[in-house]
Amino acid sequence: MLPLHDGLVLGVLLLNFFVLGTSRLSSGIRSTALQGAALAALPAVLHPVWSFHKVLLVLGTLAVKSILIPTFLLRAIREASIRREVEPHVGFVGSLLLGALAVAVAFTVARRLPVASSESELLVAASIATVTIGLLVIVTRRKAINQVIGYVLLENGIYLYGLTQSDRVPFLVELGVLLDVFVGVFVMGIVLFDINREFDSLDSARLVHLRER
Amino acid sequence: MNAAGLAPVLLLMGLAPLVQGLVHRTRALITGRRGIPLLQLYRDLWKLARKGTVVSRTSSGLFAALPSAVLAAAIGAALLAPLGPGGSVLRFPGDFVAFAGLLALSRYALVLAGFESGSSFEGMGASREVTIATFAEPALFLCLAALALVTGGRDMSSLFGSPMARAPLLAPALILVAGSLFVLLLAETGQVPVDDPTTHLELTMIHEVIVLDLGGPDLGCVLYAASLKLTLLAALIAAVLVPPGPMHLPWMVAGVAAIAVVVGVVAGFSARIRLDRLPQFLTAAVVLASLALALTLR
Repeated sequence: MLPLHDGLVLGVLLLNFFVLGTSRLSSGIRSTALQGAALAALPAVLHPVWSFHKVLLVLGTLAVKSILIPTFLLRAIREASIRREVEPHVGFVGSLLLGALAVAVAFTVARRLPVASSESELLVAASIATVTIGLLVIVTRRKAINQVIGYVLLENGIYLYGLTQSDRVPFLVELGVLLDVFVGVFVMGIVLFDINREFDSLDSARLVHLRER
Repeated sequence: MNAAGLAPVLLLMGLAPLVQGLVHRTRALITGRRGIPLLQLYRDLWKLARKGTVVSRTSSGLFAALPSAVLAAAIGAALLAPLGPGGSVLRFPGDFVAFAGLLALSRYALVLAGFESGSSFEGMGASREVTIATFAEPALFLCLAALALVTGGRDMSSLFGSPMARAPLLAPALILVAGSLFVLLLAETGQVPVDDPTTHLELTMIHEVIVLDLGGPDLGCVLYAASLKLTLLAALIAAVLVPPGPMHLPWMVAGVAAIAVVVGVVAGFSARIRLDRLPQFLTAAVVLASLALALTLR
């Protein structure tokens, strides 16, 4: 009745909204983990032809996106002992509505793009929506952890787009991107620790003030 | 006018207090209590029907008419809802606007009754009720728009006439519509994440505080209308989700019962949302519905 890959893509879209609507950092991180798991399952569901590269891609995505990065981020919020995004620049209701707008725009744009065959149209739309919502999270939230979450969402969106081109892009490139993301999040994590030590807070709004040490 | 559609409407109208009882009972069992008997609302209604009413001196003559208006509007909505195999009793193009309007009318009669009583507590509850409605109504219309696009219909009977069978490819959108309608049901009928029907503190009440000054048959009208609205919305969700095939009455009743149990489970497992966070929860319904709309526009 419900094609499995459509369901997975829909789940990815809904998790975006969950990240936008929640103020609890840990549930935001957990939903990116769940999103990562859905993304890892997608190539296997979309083209059920197994090869060594595909197994590697699925396992690599699962390991990096839904285990390594979330564990790392959860550890980071534990170390910095922050739980909640208290006052985002744009309120939760506002950002949810902006997210809905982003989805509407994404679906309109995806229909006009020349790449979209009927099968990959949903993928392209979901990809554009996820990238936009990732940007939204980066721009509107104050806690630096949320900026990392936004970055992960952004990458998830790009990965979704990559799936539509999976017959053209070698899997090695995908794996390389995966590694890049992990290194990126790792570096951001280290920067977070430093910010926290210097400013005693992870509020990115305070980074505009220069301070001598 | 579809006289054959009258039987299922009367059946569901008769079952409405039982549906309410099912929700209460499920929630009570989950939270570790025994709960009130399933048929308690029937007994309450019977008791209330035999009582007299006391009307506050501050209220005007309008007050006496409002509870029956609440009930009449709810029954009108039931006549427009497609509950049986033959579709709704009254059917005309664009009747879904009338359906939403009657639900709104029923709510506003209740709100007005709250204000009419002259108590500030009830005015407060009334203002909260309207705040919730502000978020709930756009979501309802988005749901109806998505369903109209899926089925290509222009009245309630074709909108909710087994859309799952007609457009199996759009199942994701329909599931989202059902999710949005479910959030609406929780908001509209005052179930737990939105409102707590068992609370005893006036400051935290929404639905219960409005009816504080009502008594006797008036209270009975409002309580019965609430259970009828719950049943109606549950029936609409069931109509969206039923497996392919014509709407059979047993399916409908089973669907309504299943949704009542789900409402009870959700109510049992969740805590009440803080009032200032409520818009955030209700926006979820709007977002789900607009996502469904985006999927159908594809």
